Amino acid sequence: MNSIALYIHIPFCEKKCFYCDFNSYSGKKYLIEDYIKALKKEITLYKSSLAEYTVGTIFFGGGTPSILSGKQMSEIMNILNKSFIVEDNAEISMESNPGTLDYNNLKQYYDNGINRLSIGLQACQNHLLKTLGRIHDFEEYTKNIKDARKVGFTNINTDLMFSLPSQSKKDWKESLRKMVDLNIPHISAYSLIVEEDTPFHNWVEDKKVILPNEDTEINMYHYAIRYLKEKGYKHYEISNFSKPGFECKHNLIYWENKPYIGFGAGAHSYFNKKRFNNVEEVEKYISLLKNDKLPVENKIDILVKDEISEFMFLGLRLINGISIDEFKERFNISPFEIYKEQFNKLKEQGLVVWDKHYIKLTSKGIDFSNIVFQEMLL
Amino acid sequence: MPSDRQKKIRNFSIIAHIDHGKSTLADRLIEYTGLISQREMQNQVLDNMDLERERGITIKLQTIRLIYKAKDGEEYYLNLIDTPGHVDFTYEVSRSLAACEGAVLIVDAAQGIEAQTLANVYLALEQDLELIPVINKIDLPSARPEEIKTEIEDIIGLDASEAPLISAKEGLNIEDVLESIVKNVPSPQGDIDAPLKALIFDSYYDSYKGVVAYIRVLEGQMKKGMKIKMMATNKEFEVVEVGAFSPGQIPLDSLSAGDVGYVAASIKDVRNCRVGDTITDASNPTPEPLPGYRKVNSMVYCGVYPAEGEKYEDIRDALEKLQVNDAALVFEPESSAALGFGFRCGFLGLLHMEIIQERLEREFNLDIITTAPSVIYRVTKTDEEVLMIQNPANMPDPQEIRIMEEPIVKTVIMIPNDYVGAAMELCQDRRGDMKNMEYIDENRVNLHYEMPLNEVIFDFFDALKSKTKGYGSLDYEFIGYREAKLVKLDILINSEQVDALSFIVHESKAYSRGKSMCDKLKDEIPRHQFPIPIQAAIGNKIIARETIRALRKDVLSKCYGGDISRKKKLLEKQKEGKKRMRQVGNVEVPQKAFMSVLKLDN
Repeated sequence: MNSIALYIHIPFCEKKCFYCDFNSYSGKKYLIEDYIKALKKEITLYKSSLAEYTVGTIFFGGGTPSILSGKQMSEIMNILNKSFIVEDNAEISMESNPGTLDYNNLKQYYDNGINRLSIGLQACQNHLLKTLGRIHDFEEYTKNIKDARKVGFTNINTDLMFSLPSQSKKDWKESLRKMVDLNIPHISAYSLIVEEDTPFHNWVEDKKVILPNEDTEINMYHYAIRYLKEKGYKHYEISNFSKPGFECKHNLIYWENKPYIGFGAGAHSYFNKKRFNNVEEVEKYISLLKNDKLPVENKIDILVKDEISEFMFLGLRLINGISIDEFKERFNISPFEIYKEQFNKLKEQGLVVWDKHYIKLTSKGIDFSNIVFQEMLL
Repeated sequence: MPSDRQKKIRNFSIIAHIDHGKSTLADRLIEYTGLISQREMQNQVLDNMDLERERGITIKLQTIRLIYKAKDGEEYYLNLIDTPGHVDFTYEVSRSLAACEGAVLIVDAAQGIEAQTLANVYLALEQDLELIPVINKIDLPSARPEEIKTEIEDIIGLDASEAPLISAKEGLNIEDVLESIVKNVPSPQGDIDAPLKALIFDSYYDSYKGVVAYIRVLEGQMKKGMKIKMMATNKEFEVVEVGAFSPGQIPLDSLSAGDVGYVAASIKDVRNCRVGDTITDASNPTPEPLPGYRKVNSMVYCGVYPAEGEKYEDIRDALEKLQVNDAALVFEPESSAALGFGFRCGFLGLLHMEIIQERLEREFNLDIITTAPSVIYRVTKTDEEVLMIQNPANMPDPQEIRIMEEPIVKTVIMIPNDYVGAAMELCQDRRGDMKNMEYIDENRVNLHYEMPLNEVIFDFFDALKSKTKGYGSLDYEFIGYREAKLVKLDILINSEQVDALSFIVHESKAYSRGKSMCDKLKDEIPRHQFPIPIQAAIGNKIIARETIRALRKDVLSKCYGGDISRKKKLLEKQKEGKKRMRQVGNVEVPQKAFMSVLKLDN
């Protein structure tokens, strides 16, 4: 039996952060009950299609999944367990935000099978959290960590951001040090991307907010790589670091270009060589399912050339790179036959290296990953 | 003697210095004669290209027939042929004037006569046109109509005592202009029974009708269904449609001697319908064609290249179509190491060049790259061979050159007293040689300079405008070649010479131009993974240098919950952007870089 990953989107937040352009909404909590009904319906509609699969990972993403009560979470977990064959050692993650967590809901999440907790902290300095529009302070986070461990969580991730407005290198170093001090086994470190249609974008345009320059940004990133390595973390993906054995299995599915089904508004799926997504709008998602309709749109066939491109630009995000043997087995051709010209050029530019088994980005290639990925498009 | 029909026709143009209100008056005339209600009227009906409206100038000629019931109780057909108002378009003005018997001369009640007022008057007089002075903008607080009348009489020698005093903007005294046209512009003459003789004064390409020619019938009749002959090419066609402009095209059965209108004859090849040609009756041809138009030579050249190589043929098609109604545009194929295959195009001036570029982009949806404009230099080699160089890339090696000469223009700059110092300083800076200075009245001065054309084509007019708070006006005319110390300046990007960026410049200016080129390029070329030196050189000697700092990173944000498609689209978009860059060695140069160096502020 093949293994598949499941993603469940919870598009609700207490408050939308100033930089956020995800499919998430504040002020729509009154829809949660109907949304869960719709989710349950959607999950059952997939029962037969996934009958031949075992579920290796489940990931609750958002929005803020921890906006759900323990009871609501247990309803969803129950229906998942009833509908699919969830592997015994499956990784079941949920994203959460401080300010929505406490001992009680943490305990219920854990008791219902959630075994990996991802917390969106972003920064350890309260003035930066305020700038980002976060609803919590750092003290709340440390309390959450304590409670999470008390109820049994050991596999914990924390999201951090760098290149934030008015963030100093000292702030960044301090954030990383605090993670290490708290012995957080998995850290995601993303630089702030100012997306259009966010308050941040307007502030940057109006120069109300000044972002650190490119040199500062890249120095912050390099520092994280150096420092975390020193502290026993493995830099296993461009933006992700973990203690050995704590890699996020679910995200590895994406990077290894393996299949997954997304449930919930705006969730994306990759299944049977097709990519598709659900409607983004929560109300529409609910009403379609009320009428027993799949909320799917934008179904596109992934041709072999697309699959190869995606395999490469996703797989090269992993620091180990892509396995040449796996490529050959999957596509019946050597990657060097397809990308001869590209690889030679990229090698000359010092962005890519390979040995007998793996093709991977160099340290410089990591900084210029975009250039490499573009070359991977066929 | 005009026939009774002809007695009811008046063919006229409006001429004026730029901004003196030509298009506004045309609008008022249209409105007054009731063709379009005020509500429907989009400002400045005749400037119907977006480009024209944006820039507030007329580029393409427009023609319209107004029906006016005069005070004498008779109805008259007034054919208004609009004319462009910029110094580059002297040529187009002369074409439309040849189709008229009279011209309304607008003079601004505050500013008075300007350089182009005079230039246009001379053109009109060359065509023996009756001039009707009109004083516009009398609503302005600074209007001084009586003084302007005297000015017109003194400077032009035209009786202005009865000149209508109007405000086109306010719609004041518009009827006086119409009356004056009826009274003073002669009716057309010409024998309706003589063999057909019609002048093509403009044309354009219509994808349904083929070439549509704007004509003035001088003798005989142009009828639907008749066989016509183009006298320059001897090609024959059958008339599918004739008509008048009203506005829009109104099909009629025929046009007769004295009429202005259009003709379509399924002419597919634009080269068979050249502006300036005479159309006659194929079965009963007139013995003599009309005297041709004043031949106009291109003064400014530049390379036009497709942004994407495969669009080369599309550019050729587009240039051919533009050429049909713009005979001043010339082009021939050329190639560049940096830009691939393209065309060397010749223009009347810098504005003409910009307009053609914009029309290629807007009307034909083409992405083009243009190279720095150049004039034609005359090079005499040591072996006495004489070369006319309009592309810097073709310059021989310095040691093979015995004499280099550049085109010189005679310029007349008209400015208020207060700005004489500023204008002289500018002309000095542009290597001008002052010939004369004359006071028109106690407030205004005419400066006569001889200046190298290559100094005039680089933003001279803009600089003059800004140094004189918009009051300065300019007219120029080619007078010949003069020896000069000229050098070819090359640009090197990461040590590779870029042919499309080379230009010829006077020795004394090489350094400052080279430096500002490097500065500009530094801003336009995106950073790469390595530092890129940008150098300006004369021969082997580097005279200026800038460096583009190396890029530190190029990364995309994470994928959101498995949204691979979004990420892929971002990558594809970036890749697409790169495709449209030009590869110079291992440096990717955006199209914009080739263009931005055309405008150097120094």
